[in-house]
Amino acid sequence: MDVVETIVDIPTVIIRVDECKGCGYCVEACPVKVLVQSKKLNIKGYHPAEYKGSGCTGCGVCFYTCPEPGAITVIKK
Amino acid sequence: MAKNRLGKSSAFYDIYERNPSSDKTVTHYCPGCGHGILHKFIAEALEDYGVWNRTILLSPVGCSVFAYYYFKVGNIQCAHGRAPAVATGIKRAHPDSIVISYQGDGDLAGIGGNEIIQAANRGENITVFFINNAIYGMTGGQMAPTTLVGQSTTTTPRGRDIYNEGYPIKIAEIISILESPVYVERVALADTKNIMKARSAVRKAINYQVENKGFSLVEVLSPCPTGWKMNPVDAKKWVTNEMQKYFKLGVFKDVGKERKSRKVNGEKVPLNKVPDIIDIPSDEKKEISRIEKKSEEKFLKRIKIAGFGGQGILLLGVTLAESGMMEGKNVTWLPSYGPEMRGGTANCHVIVSNQRIGSPLVDWSDILIAMNRPSLDKFEPKAVPGSLIFYDSTIVNRKPERNDVKAIGVPFTEIADGIGSTKVLNMVALGSLIRFTGMLSPETLFEAQTRVVKRKEFLELNKRAIKAGMEFIDSLKES
Amino acid sequence: MAKVLLKGNEAVVKGAILAGCRFFFGYPITPASEIAETAAYYIPLVGGTFIQAESEIGAINMVYGASSGGVRAMTASSGPGLSLKQEGISYLCGAELPCVIVDIMRGGPGLGNIAPDQGDYNQMVKGGGHGSYKVLVLAPNSVQEMCNFAILAFELADKYRNPVIVLTDGFIGQMMEPVEFPEVQVEVPKKDWALYGEEDDNKKLISSIYLDPDELEEIVIKINKKYKRMEEEEVRYEASYLEDAELVTVSFGVVSRILSSVVERCRKEGYKVGYLRPITLFPFPKKIINKLSEEGKAFLSVELSNGQMVDDVRLNARQSDVHFYGRMGGNVPSEDELYEVIVKILKGERKWLKTG
Repeated sequence: MDVVETIVDIPTVIIRVDECKGCGYCVEACPVKVLVQSKKLNIKGYHPAEYKGSGCTGCGVCFYTCPEPGAITVIKK
Repeated sequence: MAKNRLGKSSAFYDIYERNPSSDKTVTHYCPGCGHGILHKFIAEALEDYGVWNRTILLSPVGCSVFAYYYFKVGNIQCAHGRAPAVATGIKRAHPDSIVISYQGDGDLAGIGGNEIIQAANRGENITVFFINNAIYGMTGGQMAPTTLVGQSTTTTPRGRDIYNEGYPIKIAEIISILESPVYVERVALADTKNIMKARSAVRKAINYQVENKGFSLVEVLSPCPTGWKMNPVDAKKWVTNEMQKYFKLGVFKDVGKERKSRKVNGEKVPLNKVPDIIDIPSDEKKEISRIEKKSEEKFLKRIKIAGFGGQGILLLGVTLAESGMMEGKNVTWLPSYGPEMRGGTANCHVIVSNQRIGSPLVDWSDILIAMNRPSLDKFEPKAVPGSLIFYDSTIVNRKPERNDVKAIGVPFTEIADGIGSTKVLNMVALGSLIRFTGMLSPETLFEAQTRVVKRKEFLELNKRAIKAGMEFIDSLKES
Repeated sequence: MAKVLLKGNEAVVKGAILAGCRFFFGYPITPASEIAETAAYYIPLVGGTFIQAESEIGAINMVYGASSGGVRAMTASSGPGLSLKQEGISYLCGAELPCVIVDIMRGGPGLGNIAPDQGDYNQMVKGGGHGSYKVLVLAPNSVQEMCNFAILAFELADKYRNPVIVLTDGFIGQMMEPVEFPEVQVEVPKKDWALYGEEDDNKKLISSIYLDPDELEEIVIKINKKYKRMEEEEVRYEASYLEDAELVTVSFGVVSRILSSVVERCRKEGYKVGYLRPITLFPFPKKIINKLSEEGKAFLSVELSNGQMVDDVRLNARQSDVHFYGRMGGNVPSEDELYEVIVKILKGERKWLKTG
């Protein structure tokens, strides 16, 4: 699976790309706008959400708006 | 609840083994479906309150029929709309379990409308999550009871018309006007603020059950991008802009603070105490109360007792049967039954025999007790030749016409009145019957009385009535 | 134990309690209401739960829930109520949940009346709900059997993980007879498939949904194997005077009581009439009927219906004349009436052959 578990900078958001259905809720809800919809397709053919790589505040809004139980993990500190 | 990491709850299965799909890591829900969000809130709360390991979740019929793929709890899949009744059964069986009924709008507000209202009204200590997305998702976009006015669906192709389908049903309001429920709130999976409110509502509703407060229902307005034919983000906006206009958000009822926690488990009754509790007499009692009378000869009395409702016809029959049983006979008692018979004619069939009794019906009587004229008219022709007919000579204004039977007129009513109550005329009849035939001993009858007569204040009066009936027969014999 | 004079409707509840039943969910209906009333009185006293449900649908689904929890649960009704319960019975069979359901039959169709009837035979024995399922049906004809069969029904329900029906008519429910209670104490064992509100539950699932056709077919085959086993192990009937009989009467419920008297009378008069009473309506006593048919005996099925059980008799008595005599609307045939029917058949004066 295409999961990056190497934590560079916390707080951070980890997206399990192949569990994402590309609904865009997290991208729309992120208060600091650090999530984008990827141009790439995942194995299901969705454009998954993607973390820009910096700026996450660990607020958890993306986690709570995401309908998939395991697609988003937020590390606060 | 400050946590360093927000991720998949341990109240979900790691791998969704029950999902037949090849990918067992994701749900079967469409992109942007609100079910997943609500699932996450429920799982998180079950984990945080430490109750996932005693939770039983009921999956409805609808898109969430497969909720059991995901929740790592006890799972029951129920018939459409019946989850609140099923929840009642399992919660009553295991009051310490946490029972969650998860239902959609067709399930809860349509086919299961009565089940939810009644479970709420009983105040079942369960938590109900009601997903309202204004459409039937699973069956492909038909109208729901909550479909908005004008909203087009496959079964309202020109939009919901109030003159044909009426207005959308407001479940939270309906449930909240009931006295029993503890907590009712409507939330929306729309903007971030409301999503977080929904999370709080889910937690509160589950916590009230953990505290044994009673029934909670959270109505969740939820996006169905596929059913509404919208992209997910637009669907969320439609929840805010359209659904919330009609379905007002907020707490409709919350009496959790005032309600006392209910007592959960009753005392277990030891098995050896059960027969006594359910009035099955033990063998020792049998020795005292049962009077055996050995008889070699064949004994068969088919007795028909008839009159009008209120004359104590059925009790007369029961007393006879009980006495026969006490004297070691086989007996049957068969009534004309039902409350519908009240006020009309009443009759019963009693058979007392020392043989095995086949038919419990008395077509032809060996003894007829006619308490009024219509009964005599009706049953006199069905008396066996040589049989006995007892009739109330106070109110039956003719004598039996048959000359091949023995007719005994006894003024049951008059004698009963003389004792002080018309009500005991049935006992007068009984007394005269046993005196005339000798088929049962008076002592047995008195003992039987103590068993079958519910109002004990009548026992003494009944005894006097039985004796008066016997004395009347004696007076006939003397004269 | 000592004998107690009881109604059939009371005895069935006391039997159930002795069998460990502690959950009753029901809705009142004449002529079955005393069952709910007796349960309402006694079940809470023995630490159980009685709920008067909002409907028969509610009641059967409460049974579904309680049975999912591994406890012994029961409901009771009469025809119109059983029609409503059929959905739940199908689900119970699909999810393989044991329970006991009592049907005290009354006159139908529709609201009909409250008098005794046997017109629920098809809906109960053949299965009135959807899908390829069956239920085990016990048919008591005395108050003693109402007690005994309640106990037996719970044993069989657990043995097969299937609902068991106690099917009888209004007269057997309403009549009183002495009952001798067996000395049984049942500690209901923990069931490995049931949910108890504990961690292990997450490995279990109570469900009747199988989307994959192959999987569902496998399940249906599996539950049908149980029905096959019932046919091998659970057939029960009562018989007398079969050996030299020319005509065998077949009946259940109150009719079998009347016929037992009529058959005695026929024998006294020299008529060679036999008596067969299926105690299990499913599994139906096919083998004995088949054997009697091969011996050239004729049959007379007497029912309080338009002729429902007679179809099962005919199916297993291919070589024989199968007569049918039925009364409906709550009418019960008298002994004289049935005696006359039998004599006419034996003398070849009249045939009562149900067509269709």
